[in-house]
Amino acid sequence: MTLRLPLALAALAVAIAAPALAQTPAGGDTGGGVVRVAKPVTGQQVYEAVCAACHMADARGGSGAATIPALAANPRLAGAAYPITVVVNGKGAMPSLAGPLDDAQIAAAISYVRTSFGNAYAKPVTAADVARIPHPARGGGH
Amino acid sequence: MQSGTGLPTRRQLLSAIAAVGGTAALYQAMTSLGHAAETQFTGPPNLTGARKGASVIVLGAGLAGMLAAHELTKAGYKVQILEYQDRAGGRNWSLRGGDTYTELGGATQKVGFAPGNYLNPGPWRIPHHHRTLLHYCKAFGVALEPFIQFNHNTWIHSSTAFGGKPVRFKAAAADFEGNVAELLAKSVNQKALDDAVTPEDRERLLEALKGWGMLDKDYKYASNLRSASHRGYDRPPGGGRSGAPIPSALYDFHNVLDPQVWTSMAFFMGHEMQTTMFQPVGGMDMIGKAFARQVDGLVTYNAKVSKIAQDDRGVAVTYADTRTGKVTVAQADWCVCTIPLGVLNQIETQVTDAMSAAIAAVPYSGQVKIGLEMKRRFWEEDDSIYGGHSFTDQEIALISYPNNNLFGNGPAVLLGAFAREMGAYRLAGMTPEQRLEVALQQGSILHPASYRKEFSNGASVAWSRVPWTLGCCARWTEESRKEHYQTLVTMDRRIVLAGEHASYVGCWMEGALLSSIDAISQLHKRALEA
Repeated sequence: MTLRLPLALAALAVAIAAPALAQTPAGGDTGGGVVRVAKPVTGQQVYEAVCAACHMADARGGSGAATIPALAANPRLAGAAYPITVVVNGKGAMPSLAGPLDDAQIAAAISYVRTSFGNAYAKPVTAADVARIPHPARGGGH
Repeated sequence: MQSGTGLPTRRQLLSAIAAVGGTAALYQAMTSLGHAAETQFTGPPNLTGARKGASVIVLGAGLAGMLAAHELTKAGYKVQILEYQDRAGGRNWSLRGGDTYTELGGATQKVGFAPGNYLNPGPWRIPHHHRTLLHYCKAFGVALEPFIQFNHNTWIHSSTAFGGKPVRFKAAAADFEGNVAELLAKSVNQKALDDAVTPEDRERLLEALKGWGMLDKDYKYASNLRSASHRGYDRPPGGGRSGAPIPSALYDFHNVLDPQVWTSMAFFMGHEMQTTMFQPVGGMDMIGKAFARQVDGLVTYNAKVSKIAQDDRGVAVTYADTRTGKVTVAQADWCVCTIPLGVLNQIETQVTDAMSAAIAAVPYSGQVKIGLEMKRRFWEEDDSIYGGHSFTDQEIALISYPNNNLFGNGPAVLLGAFAREMGAYRLAGMTPEQRLEVALQQGSILHPASYRKEFSNGASVAWSRVPWTLGCCARWTEESRKEHYQTLVTMDRRIVLAGEHASYVGCWMEGALLSSIDAISQLHKRALEA
């Protein structure tokens, strides 16, 4: 039996399903299989698809046994180097997002946060700015 | 071995080795005596003879902390546990009807499951070789039942194969193996492997490929009763006049090579994912509750630690009661700290710079689980799926079916998502209501007729927003292990760390327990030397 998709339809499916083909990482309990997640492109899309998981939709963070810092109205975002370094290298419980996100996505997300949520640091961050910060080797899992 | 012959039994011999040489010697001996080296657990630590009046503060009433408290109390220490939550168990946790859960950011869910139903947001399955956990489950009276890990009849779904339609695991796996067998047999018969395989082994290999790959006499994988016996029939064998089976057609090889097929197959090969697996009867938190009974009266709940100090004489832990704000400084001789690293990293802790760096060096994962209560077991009744997992390349990653109360009437809870990485970030960033909607939408691809129709209610836990961990599991890399692991797990004067993060069995309860045993062994040794 042939269930092969017509070529055009298959190409469309790939475009929707996007390149992030996350394979089951080694170690830890995990769901198995591959997961294909639509690639967020604009700063707002990246923020909502990734950053909001911890920093919240309103960028106010949260506090329990420890604190996820607010990005809203955050003076530490005045210079671009600090947020780029944190996103590229991770910080404490926050993993490095260099790998899951490319430099253009990181730049777009940081530019978006620096001009939203009560922040007004207009100068956009570029992928080249992100690339200048040394990236860690990708590893870890889940 | 016979007893009463004068020769020691293997057990007696091992006990003697352990008594003389310690657990490391025992472990080595077990391996050389032919026991599979499948666990580093050699039995409970059996610490004895604590100095009179010696005291320990344990931070965190998860499994690592409670095991430490239990064993140290038995050894003679005076133990106090400080716990941030108002319950013991930590990530060993079950949500049931009537429970309320508020995540970071303030979203509150009131769980509406029917009595007897539950979601295990954290651990949910136990490998058969996690012998430490299994030991303490038995010792503490936790009833276990099989967790149906592997099920040939679940669905595999890929958006880029089979027209986006789910296919049975067994059919896709059979076609993968059958095609690989046919291709390899062809290579052998075309003499492509003559340099690599001896003539005798070529014959043996061909025989194996024919038998394992369900090939026909010409070494072809074809639609016939042999392949159907693996992948399923169009009409299965029956009785009477239309008893004769009708084989099924094969899938196109291009689709069978979609990575969703082989990754789903390979998933079950992993050390931790091999059957047999277990779960506690009645929910995973039966384990946490059983541990909590062993340390009854030792736990101070609602205690938020703000400072961990130490000097030559002892440790001092500052904590606030989260309900009253009252600040207390608790003192002891020693400290076992099981606080997850992402939280500990924000607490002022008097340890060496190297330990501080190690604590700061390990990020956490943020898996998302979603429990969906369905009005009936349509996966059993309509699809003949009894437990196990369907795999999908959508963000939910899987649907996992309940392992208990099979054939039951009334509502049942299935796991509607076990999202990780990018899929987890996206789901975590949503409101609980939005998560349920996505879980229903994506799950409907696998069960189109029933998923929405039978849905009753649901609950989700996004681990990146869990207030008491800020994450699910420690994510070590080879580099961070090399640089920081030994520092993290080695006692720092009067403070020793424990938890899944202080193990090579990360993300599993077993890792937390093994780490705890090593931590209290270090502590006890140092306390006796002091």
